[in-house]
Amino acid sequence: MTLTKADLADLLFEQVGLNKREAKDMVEAFFEEVRNALEQGDSVKLSGFGNFELRTKSERPGRNPKTGEEIPISARRVVTFHASQKLKTRVEEHYAEQPMQVAQA
Amino acid sequence: MTRSELIDLLAQRFPQLVLKDAELSVKTILDAMTENLATGERIEIRGFGSFSLNYRPPRLGRNPKTGTKVQVPAKYVPHFKAGKELRDRVDAIGQ
Repeated sequence: MTLTKADLADLLFEQVGLNKREAKDMVEAFFEEVRNALEQGDSVKLSGFGNFELRTKSERPGRNPKTGEEIPISARRVVTFHASQKLKTRVEEHYAEQPMQVAQA
Repeated sequence: MTRSELIDLLAQRFPQLVLKDAELSVKTILDAMTENLATGERIEIRGFGSFSLNYRPPRLGRNPKTGTKVQVPAKYVPHFKAGKELRDRVDAIGQ
């Protein structure tokens, strides 16, 4: 099952003891603070989980896949995520134990 | 921004809570996300993005020190795709 904000709020209610309102607000605030930092050009390093970094991409040629028409892809700033060694290892270990069915993004 | 700076910012947002609550909240959220990805489950956070796993097929690698060939087994690696709100907000500044 896909993990959502509602699931995270339930966990904060059960495991941290926040009330339902606080739990929902805390989850929202968590992701808002990460977005804020990234929006301001600051990278976010969450030890044990991974780092969110910013990359500036210059304009490059692109193509409309439907029509084949050439159109430039404008310069932009994008977010990249690099999983921590701990997270990578956890994912690999589980796969080594049992091949799994994975839902793609 | 580091994990402890995030905890401080959240504690400031919730003056009725003690620092320990903000700390435990961050730990609970990140542990749940790690646990889900580690068992092959997706994470979908509206307005932020989604995390899933990408398959890496087995390949023949090389030990960079000795140059000997080694079989690298297939594996899954975590992947993040930014959501629309995050994409737009990050790109808006500096344009």
